Amino acid sequence: MAGYGLLSVVVLAGAPFFGSERLGIANITNALFSHIPHVDADIFFYHRIPRVLLAFLVGGSLAVAGSSLQVVLRNPLAEPFILGISGAGAVGAVIIISVPGLSIYFGPFFSVQLFSLLGCILCVGAIYWLARSPLGVSMTTILLAGVTVNILCGAAILMIRYIVSPHLLVAMDRWMMGGLDVVGYRELSALLPLLLPGLLLLFLQGQALNQLAFGEEMAMGHGVNVASVQKQVFLGTGLATAAAVSLAGPIGFVGLIIPHAVRRLSGVDHRVVLPASFCLGGAFLTICDLFARTVVAPTEMPVGIITAIIGGPVFFRILLKRNRNM
Amino acid sequence: MDRKILSVQGVDYKYAGSGWQLNSTSFSVAKGEIVGIIGPNGSGKSTLLKIASGVITPDSGSVFLQEKDIAKMKRREIAKILGYFPQNAAGHFDYSVQEVVAMGRFPHLSGAGFLSPNDMDVVGQCLVRAEVEQYRERYLSHLSGGERQRVLLASVLAQEPKVLLLDEPTSALDMQHQVKFFTLLTELVEEGMGVGVVTHDLNLASFYSHRVLLLKDGKIIEEGSPKEILTQGILEDAYGDGVTVIPHPTTDLPIVLPRTGLGAWKAKAS
Repeated sequence: MAGYGLLSVVVLAGAPFFGSERLGIANITNALFSHIPHVDADIFFYHRIPRVLLAFLVGGSLAVAGSSLQVVLRNPLAEPFILGISGAGAVGAVIIISVPGLSIYFGPFFSVQLFSLLGCILCVGAIYWLARSPLGVSMTTILLAGVTVNILCGAAILMIRYIVSPHLLVAMDRWMMGGLDVVGYRELSALLPLLLPGLLLLFLQGQALNQLAFGEEMAMGHGVNVASVQKQVFLGTGLATAAAVSLAGPIGFVGLIIPHAVRRLSGVDHRVVLPASFCLGGAFLTICDLFARTVVAPTEMPVGIITAIIGGPVFFRILLKRNRNM
Repeated sequence: MDRKILSVQGVDYKYAGSGWQLNSTSFSVAKGEIVGIIGPNGSGKSTLLKIASGVITPDSGSVFLQEKDIAKMKRREIAKILGYFPQNAAGHFDYSVQEVVAMGRFPHLSGAGFLSPNDMDVVGQCLVRAEVEQYRERYLSHLSGGERQRVLLASVLAQEPKVLLLDEPTSALDMQHQVKFFTLLTELVEEGMGVGVVTHDLNLASFYSHRVLLLKDGKIIEEGSPKEILTQGILEDAYGDGVTVIPHPTTDLPIVLPRTGLGAWKAKAS
């Protein structure tokens, strides 16, 4: 666990210093301590730091959400987007992109973010409603419902793409690939009220998730209110994922692979897996984003591409190295 | 009356979409007794145990745990009093023996779920009692079925319950460990616990139960001491004519034998 913490600190502290623009450290410290304005300091404080924070939070949240869902849905292929949240978020984003006149700010949110957030929350609400049905809905039903929502949203997106004028398609594709370009702290802080309660809700489930992973009847016998844990996990993953998707788009891979990597490296005790997933997911996405904004400088690669290119081989390595605990 | 820890009163249960049902069934488990629950396959033993432990809610009737209605209790409160040992517990991640036993402390934990030194002491004692101390670092997937059942018992004991409900806990144990398992149950009830145990082994039920419940077709058809219930007539009524009951040579408790097979019949005929 200390290793994960150290990795996070190193990545968080180091990442802002790298980028397409070489920054003078003296310029930054002068601006900070002696109030001598300099463009390097502006880049550092208003571009690099918010971006690194966003990458870390998004990566960490997706990984924690994935870890919890894999247990509750009893499916190793579960990931935060399997519940249809990303699909619903994408529909929201695509609808608003297709109406260029609506590209405006609503409070702290850009219209695209706001509408994808609305889509996500609508979807989370539907899942939560399904999960708390007094009839007792099985986890398989919820899984299938999520997959169905994703397929429906996919069709809706194709339909919108078919109708709109072709030059808007670029903007849509760009959103779907995921990206972490923010300026300043406005969006970031606007999403914290969603992200933090979601994460907290999940972090408190560590022991209960172990129990669930060990079998539902045994968990009930041990005193776990299984239905309530399931509801809390759906709500927590829903909130955290909605926040992540609306800001950064559907960034794949992190939520699926990081939890497995953590379990391979550190065992299956979810009191450890959850915080470790947060650290590793955050550090991983931050590093991927670092590549995204440097390899093809001065332009940028969508980070969603990098996560798979870097993460795929690394995960294969972990997969082949240790074959225990699964 | 005040010795009763668990009392199931007139519960009915029907599985959706099937004709089978459990019919207004009542039983109780008191301090210091082992209640053996027997009956042929599909007679409702497991269903009854799940209702008694609150894992499923009966369609009507109620379950009282220390005179409190189980329907109005939180799962954690229930788990502090009642330990439930399900028939099949298999998770999709592989935990170590110590981790599994530590899970039994759940009802006593708070916050993010880390164990106090006192919790660890209890876990240590339960590992010793169930004789799985030597495997504490091993992973559950590396243990035999019988060893796993003893680990699960240790995990349930770690709840420090006052009543235990066990669903075929010795189905994978060899004879020596079956005897040890039931001897441990005897020790536990002597310390004041109450135990309800579902078993297919009628001899274990005979030798270790204070009372026996015999279920058939979702009803308790007989209830009494092993000597009263495990008779040729009653068992033939419940199980058909496949059994032979004889008295134990030294204790006079009933022994139930399967009727001799085809080969033996032939030998006798010739």
